[in-house]
Amino acid sequence: MPRSKEAALRAKERSSKLGPDLDVESFSRDARPWAPCPISGLPEDILRQALSVGVRVDEGKRAGTYFQMDHSVVFQGVQRALEGKTEIMSTQEALQKYGWVGDYWWKIIDVNQDKYTTLAELKWDQGYFIRIFEGQKVDLPLQACLFISKDNLNQNVHNLIVAEPNSEVQIITGCTIHPDVKRGLHVGITEFFVKEGAKLTFTMVHNWAQDFDVRPRTAALLEDNATFVNNYVCLKPVKSLQMYPVAYCKGDNSRARFNAIFYGAGNSYLDIGSKVILQGAGSRGEVIARALASDSAQIYARGLLVGEHEDSKAHLECRGLLLSDDASIHAIPELVARVKGTELSHEAAVGKIAGDQIRYLMARGFSEEEAQSLIVRGFMDASILGLPDALESEIKKIIDITAKRIL
Amino acid sequence: MLKIKGLTVETAGKKVLENVDLEIPEGEVHVLFGPNGSGKTSLIMSILGFPNYRVVSGEILFKGVNITSMPIDERVELGIGVAFQNPPAIRGVKLGDILNRLTEGEVDAWKLAESVNLPTEFLRRDLNLGFSGGELKRSEILQVLAQEPGLAIFDEPDSGVDVENLEIVGKAINSFLDGRSGLLITHLGHILRYIEADEAHVLINGSIACSGKPIKILSQIMKEGYRWCERCPEARKPR
Ligand SMILES: Nc1ncnc2c1ncn2[C@@H]1O[C@H](COP(=O)(O)OP(=O)(O)O)[C@@H](O)[C@H]1O
Ligand SMILES: [Mg+2]
Repeated sequence: MPRSKEAALRAKERSSKLGPDLDVESFSRDARPWAPCPISGLPEDILRQALSVGVRVDEGKRAGTYFQMDHSVVFQGVQRALEGKTEIMSTQEALQKYGWVGDYWWKIIDVNQDKYTTLAELKWDQGYFIRIFEGQKVDLPLQACLFISKDNLNQNVHNLIVAEPNSEVQIITGCTIHPDVKRGLHVGITEFFVKEGAKLTFTMVHNWAQDFDVRPRTAALLEDNATFVNNYVCLKPVKSLQMYPVAYCKGDNSRARFNAIFYGAGNSYLDIGSKVILQGAGSRGEVIARALASDSAQIYARGLLVGEHEDSKAHLECRGLLLSDDASIHAIPELVARVKGTELSHEAAVGKIAGDQIRYLMARGFSEEEAQSLIVRGFMDASILGLPDALESEIKKIIDITAKRIL
Repeated sequence: MLKIKGLTVETAGKKVLENVDLEIPEGEVHVLFGPNGSGKTSLIMSILGFPNYRVVSGEILFKGVNITSMPIDERVELGIGVAFQNPPAIRGVKLGDILNRLTEGEVDAWKLAESVNLPTEFLRRDLNLGFSGGELKRSEILQVLAQEPGLAIFDEPDSGVDVENLEIVGKAINSFLDGRSGLLITHLGHILRYIEADEAHVLINGSIACSGKPIKILSQIMKEGYRWCERCPEARKPR
């Protein structure tokens, strides 16, 4: 793609409007290649870390897996019974295999958006391609893991997900690092295409380190009657993480929903938002965010709803819980109505744990600490994610481990 | 069981209880009447030890222990349980989880919910969030039943409850209180149709104005309103 490479060069120095500016040259591009292997063959410490972001080794739990270490694909494939229903492979391979994949490449994200999108184009390190065939319903979730094993590494993935008409699938993606990794930069480009009548639920779990920087760039395009649910969970400290994924509800009766639960600890700087652009007749959007800040974390929780069709409706709900006097949460909800008739609304609430809630639970016999932990755990309620029971209880376990540590 | 002596309490810089004496012997059920704003809820909060209700003077003894400055959870541990008049909603905390904790899994929370006519789907809902007035009451009563306290206190369990449910919760409370000690706060007294009580007290302006047989006091209040108490010849004069 020489054309996009050239174009990319123009934005090489362009800082993102949001989040601290990073010197992308300060990260290393040298990674040793990893040989392909079954994921159960990966070192124990790596698997333990992968499990913390929802990536399972036990094949019975997942329909298919993509596992990337640093810049190498170590595993890709779906259960034999699902061949012909869904496929999962590196985007590099997909671009070679199918000519049409190129038509989706940088289609809904501008390669010139900022220095991180250009970085992902100029120094591209794989990423996953997931396709669910027309009319297929895959019951078990598909999973992808993007792993960084080397300190100070820069990893730039470009993912592409195509849910063909009337297909239905759950995808869980875990992005994490080896416990020895302190610093690094992960850039993830993800383009979703949810075709007519398709239903895609995407859940991403992040687990980084206090000196690590992260810049995801995500967009989804929804056709008629398509449903897209995007869940995001981030519970470990990070140096800076900035993202503002967008869903274009282009099709009639398309529905987009973003749910996010994120916890900023230590010196974390989190700038996380979601945008829904309502373009189709009867399109609907919903954005739900739960932000927790402790220590001296700084959180910006954004949301943008844009109504471009008279018959469209969306709601944004942002709740922030402050667990320390030195932390801060800025809730920044924005509503833009471009036409009459569109119904946009938001509610935002930021504060500390309410004393009356603690006293109430103490009156039920809980100690003050137990009451606080119950309230915090409830605040990070996995049931807002709208996942099937099995996946919800997996995510709940991941959240519970964090909730126990918080207090 | 419970003995309150000369209790004076302030909240938000305002005196809400003055020189209250109240004794509930073991196994008795008492009723507390009083107009809106007379301090009934404040008395409960003080018995529980909510820190925003400051005890200026007097003391509270429970099972012979002076609990006047004990933390809330320790009082509850000793055996005080309250169904609140206006409980806060807590997002993400499920009613069922609280019930399981209270019963330690020994009692079937679903059966208990049935006994107060609360559909079991409520067990999966966020605590008190979006509950109607009557549902709140039933959820509060349900939690106290699960807690099984030695002294069960119900703060206006009948307000906002429809006639049908009034009978259900009234009977549930009555059978629960059999052999236990209880304090029942009621503004209008509707629930007394279903509950056997031993003694009633009337709280006016933060002080106990009179005490007596529940039926007698209720019928006076019904006839003449709370003004009757202010004029009552038998009224206890503040010391
Ligand atoms: N937390 C509070 N802050 C300010 N005023 C209060 C508070 N709690 C109670 N009060 C006041 O104290 C008085 C007694 O209230 P309450 O005990 O709730 O009465 P009751 O339950 O009998 O209706 C009222 O005037 C009420 O406004
Ligand atoms: Mg009251």
